[in-house]
Amino acid sequence: MTAVAVGAPAGLGRGASRTRLSLLLDGVAAFSLFLGTFLGVVALGLLLVTIYDRGWDRLAADPGAFFGNFVSRFPARAGIKAALYGTMWLMGLTALFSFPVGVGAAVYLEEFAPRNRLTNLIEANIANLAGVPSVVYGILGLGVFVRFLGMGPSLLAGGLTLGVMSLPVIIIAARESLRAVPESVRLAAYALGATKWQAVRHHVLPAAMPGTMTGVILSLSRAIGETAPLLVIGAAVSIFNTPDDVRDPFSALPVLIFNWTSRPQPAFAEAAAAASIVLLAMLLAMNAVAIFVRNRFSTRW
Amino acid sequence: MPDPNATLSQSAGAPGTAGPTRRPEVPAADDPPTVAAGAPVFRIDDLSFFYGAFRAIRGVTMDIAENRITAVIGPSGCGKSTFIRCLNRMNELIPGTRVEGRIAYHDQDLYGDDVDPIEVRRRIGMVFQKPNPFPKSIYDNVAFGPRVNGMKPSSMDDLVEESLRKAALWDEVKDKVKKSAFSLSGGQQQRLCIARCIAVRPDVILMDEPCSALDPLATNRIEELMMELKRDYTIVIVTHNMQQAARVSDRTAFFTAEVSDEGRERTGVLVEFDRTERIFTAPSDRRTEDYITGRFG
Amino acid sequence: MATSIPIPDRNITRHRSRPGERAVVGLLAVCAVVSVLVTLGIIAVLAGETISFFAKVPVLDFLTGTRWAPLGGRVEAGDFGVLPLINGSLMIAVGSLFVGLPLGLATAVYLAEYARPRVRSVVKPVLEVLAGIPTVVVGFFALNFVTPTLLRPIFGDERVFIFNAAAGAVAVGLMILPVIASISEDAMRAVPQALREAAFGMGASRRVVALRVVMPAALSGIAASVILAVSRAVGETMAVTIASGNTPRLTTDFFDSIQTLTAYIAQTVSGEAAAGSIRYESLFAVGATLFLITLGMNLLSIRLVRRFRQAYQ
Repeated sequence: MTAVAVGAPAGLGRGASRTRLSLLLDGVAAFSLFLGTFLGVVALGLLLVTIYDRGWDRLAADPGAFFGNFVSRFPARAGIKAALYGTMWLMGLTALFSFPVGVGAAVYLEEFAPRNRLTNLIEANIANLAGVPSVVYGILGLGVFVRFLGMGPSLLAGGLTLGVMSLPVIIIAARESLRAVPESVRLAAYALGATKWQAVRHHVLPAAMPGTMTGVILSLSRAIGETAPLLVIGAAVSIFNTPDDVRDPFSALPVLIFNWTSRPQPAFAEAAAAASIVLLAMLLAMNAVAIFVRNRFSTRW
Repeated sequence: MPDPNATLSQSAGAPGTAGPTRRPEVPAADDPPTVAAGAPVFRIDDLSFFYGAFRAIRGVTMDIAENRITAVIGPSGCGKSTFIRCLNRMNELIPGTRVEGRIAYHDQDLYGDDVDPIEVRRRIGMVFQKPNPFPKSIYDNVAFGPRVNGMKPSSMDDLVEESLRKAALWDEVKDKVKKSAFSLSGGQQQRLCIARCIAVRPDVILMDEPCSALDPLATNRIEELMMELKRDYTIVIVTHNMQQAARVSDRTAFFTAEVSDEGRERTGVLVEFDRTERIFTAPSDRRTEDYITGRFG
Repeated sequence: MATSIPIPDRNITRHRSRPGERAVVGLLAVCAVVSVLVTLGIIAVLAGETISFFAKVPVLDFLTGTRWAPLGGRVEAGDFGVLPLINGSLMIAVGSLFVGLPLGLATAVYLAEYARPRVRSVVKPVLEVLAGIPTVVVGFFALNFVTPTLLRPIFGDERVFIFNAAAGAVAVGLMILPVIASISEDAMRAVPQALREAAFGMGASRRVVALRVVMPAALSGIAASVILAVSRAVGETMAVTIASGNTPRLTTDFFDSIQTLTAYIAQTVSGEAAAGSIRYESLFAVGATLFLITLGMNLLSIRLVRRFRQAYQ
């Protein structure tokens, strides 16, 4: 009977028992993965630097004019006033529609809906809607709000379209927040003789509010950066007054950026970059608010 | 006055049989002369409970006496919590559950067609194993119950204070009732939950292992509280701590789990129900004795 | 002290009337139904005009035709073949994967298996910011930086047209990078630690664990992220409209200008298209095509996500 000689590696040093190739691959892998990650960061940096580089001077040179002027054939005189007002109005209208409907739907689906086929269908439908391209929502807006309901290319149509587009995301975010509220809270309320609605209204929903608000703010910030749906509804560029009424035609910041980017004159490219800075600043502010809300007000269970 | 010669609880004694075949009569005459017991608050008759097709408890028949502390003991998995949740209809919040048998609450069928479970839960309150105050102020925790039940006290402040006093918590929180309930210790939170429960003026307080998440000192305070509370309320407490049951309760019900032939299903049955003293010193059923003496558990 | 509430009677049959509550729950249910209405609305709007379109243009011509030239509104045979547009969208999808998949996946693996918490705390916000950049801005970046400063200097001015598919692909690639990175990372983090420990315990290196244990285990989640990313790429409008041009053609040259399904829609609404004209209707037909393609991919992705969630629950 011969004993099989098993050779244990003499040392425990790095890679003592592995091939040179294997060690090399380790290094290559680690480096490549880091590089891939790094490139993503670099790309973002390049993007932001490009925008800044092209647009800052234009913005800083005469901010008053840039914010105060309307559009013009002459790039040096063109300003974002109408577009900025339009975006603000749109933000308000979108929130006005999507927040109650979205949170209401989430509360119903999470707390009240019976577990049956119809509910599953509604939930599957919402998951699908979350992935529909924004331009298709624009087509929906065009067909239903602008044409069928006769709102024309108005702020109302725009707000409703963006609102409908934001709905699935808000519903999903609100449901997550509701789900995070522990069951013990609901049980405690029921044991005191509260109805389901009383439990939800007094305890579950308030506790879920910070997370929900964060989701709403984030989804709004995505919505106001959208161009395609507004283009399809018929957002204009040549607007020379600020809106008074939701039925007025409107412009919006991303639409204006698109228009200016498409023009051949380099000065318009600068104006587009400057407007992009304004838009990015708005988004940054909204995201900061959302994160603040989440950190400050979330209940720690 | 109940017949002093009435029969004690009986059971066949051999394992495998169902619980008492005759309604166990526990003579009130033997009770310490503090409060006269009236008619039983609950008359439970052949109660079975199902989660879907699975029978969790079977054939439970017993009475719950008014103004007494009734303890429910037994090994884990014997259906104790399921049982008391039948008493305030909390079980039906789980879909697919079913009740068989009858529970009479003050001579009304607890599960009758015209009975509103919300009303039931107001009159039969519950304190849970892990303290679960609402993420609100101490005041709002206590005031929530009265508010949603449409009780309109002349002074909510007084009602809150009264409830907190009865729960032996007032002195510790009177200066900070507006503070968050989470700022309290575990034991204090549990007493807050009791105060919250009391605020809606219940008839019965069900307690599902209320001290198992608390340290011995807090446990002791709650046990003392229970002895005071039984003057005004009927208390049913589930506990896996035999000593606690022996210390605190007037009556004790011992449940155990019967395993089906294949060994897959465990159904809870009531083995013995009697005065606490007798359960712990001279139990009638062999299984009770085995559990009490620690031969299994 | 006395409070003026009487002890409640023991009657449990009396119901408190709560009519307001039922109305409220009904209102909430209506909100949930709105989501169904949205889908019905999309289908109705698309179907309505698409049917009119296919009354004039045979479906087969639409699906197999290789020429897309809707100008003038005349319905010449072969002028409404959607293949050039699909080809454009496909090129963008493939090209964007070329950029976004390696970078996104590398980021995911790095964050899940290699990175220290400090690095993570920097990279994750970067991904969030990248995901939040509006597409017009990314399109601007593609047109005004990627093409003139990257592509043209490297590949030559004659080769690279001002509007080209590659720039659009890079832009969209940057936009789908966060999608792939975060979903794949979630999938990898969901792989139980026990699996890693078993491998490490056998003397495997981090590379082996990451690439040959964790990634295969997280495969369905990674696949889901890729499909979702492709769906996003196909649905992406502004970046490609700005950077890749508006010339529908069947080509495989990435340095040529193209037109995607989405860019066609954007172009048509920006121009003059009278309601009822064939051009107007073509908008909806293309929209319907787009909707169906992305719907198919989303359904697949959702199915895969469910599978990876179930595997570890």
